[in-house]
Amino acid sequence: MPALTDELKLGLDAPICLTWELTYACNLACVHCLSSSGRRDPRELSTKEAIGVIDEMRALQVFYVNIGGGEPMIRPDFFELVDYATTNGVGVKFSTNGSRIDRERARELAAMEYLDIQISVDGANAATNDHVRGEGSFATAISAMDELAAADFGPFKISVVVTRENAGQLDDFEALANQYGAELRLTRLRPAGRGADTWHELHPLQEQQVDLYHWLLARPHVLTGDSFFHLNALGDENLPGLNLCGAGRVVCLIDPVGDVYACPFVLHDEFKAGNVRDEGGFAKVWKESALFTELREPQSAGACASCGQFDACQGGCMAAKFFTGMPLDGPDPECVSGHGEHALANVGVEMRPISTNDHSKPVRVALSKTRV
Amino acid sequence: MSATATSTFDVTTSWRLHPRVSLRPEPFGALAYHYDNRRLNFLRSPDLVDLVKILGDHPDPRAAFDALSLDPSRWSSFEKALAALAASDFLQPV
Repeated sequence: MPALTDELKLGLDAPICLTWELTYACNLACVHCLSSSGRRDPRELSTKEAIGVIDEMRALQVFYVNIGGGEPMIRPDFFELVDYATTNGVGVKFSTNGSRIDRERARELAAMEYLDIQISVDGANAATNDHVRGEGSFATAISAMDELAAADFGPFKISVVVTRENAGQLDDFEALANQYGAELRLTRLRPAGRGADTWHELHPLQEQQVDLYHWLLARPHVLTGDSFFHLNALGDENLPGLNLCGAGRVVCLIDPVGDVYACPFVLHDEFKAGNVRDEGGFAKVWKESALFTELREPQSAGACASCGQFDACQGGCMAAKFFTGMPLDGPDPECVSGHGEHALANVGVEMRPISTNDHSKPVRVALSKTRV
Repeated sequence: MSATATSTFDVTTSWRLHPRVSLRPEPFGALAYHYDNRRLNFLRSPDLVDLVKILGDHPDPRAAFDALSLDPSRWSSFEKALAALAASDFLQPV
């Protein structure tokens, strides 16, 4: 019998992990936002179109969908869509910054079935978190957690992007999760979206990657969304998970205007497979698009072929390579054997791709600063 | 998950697919999703998929193996697969 990962690389009949960003609108402006969110896109899917997408998921037996944004709760039809999905066999896990979870909404959420909530914090204290997510955002997230706990929601998830600034706070995040009876989820910082501009200062250092690998190995209950498989080259033991890049094979993303991308970390024209509004809908994009067909073909190990660790790390993350301007068949920029660092040094800023999908709010520059 | 389910798989009683489990056909067999514990399982052979579908109609798993004319040399591997599914609550005793 072939290895499971070899079969998954050929692609599934429908995604296992489908991320759906409902809106680009967001009250925050996190410096590492994967989707460069901020302003609502006027072409956003209507309620009727969004219901149609859920109907497609049901027909394809997509068992659950990861809803995000932007801040998904900003959409006026948020509860209507979540309710429609969960009552039609499509479970929902949604990510939020917590700003819209007050007492009443927490009760409403607690009454729904097949619903998971992920509250994002990127620091175990306000100073670390707010530096990345904005002033007051830590207090907002904690308030949402308090309301969910008071409403007896049950175990929600606390979702953390591991950065150079918070990598030393892993035990504190675990304590925070324990305090709420929550599950902790750690994911990898990607140089995508606004993260392309901040990754170089924020991505964990090599020694932090080593500590993270051992910390995760000792805690298989900590969720990672299979984020850190590039760390598997650090030792004989693999982190729990599928250990493969699932882009276009088992994973994809639908953005607020219905564009389908290969994964949540590559919202760029190069990785756009089609749109749910096209004839044949999402199913046709998933099953027949040229991009996804190509991603399901055997991939070359390229420059990594001669490295003894390739089986362990699979060459790392396609998005991390793409947005740092590195070849897709070369090492990951965070290659734990140091090959990425070396390769990265040869990549000029001009070789990094230009964003094709930015919904950031305009930056307000104080007039006094513009005068000479 | 109960402690008894993880330790041994009783091949003398009747088992069935948990009513909250859905199967999605895939090239390698099927993907199984449990709506209660939100876990996924990969059923990596079409025979295993057929097996879990009819398991509840038989007094014990071996009767189901017989009904599908599965080669006795493969029985132990199917028992192992069923035990793993029972351990994660994808199967339940009838």
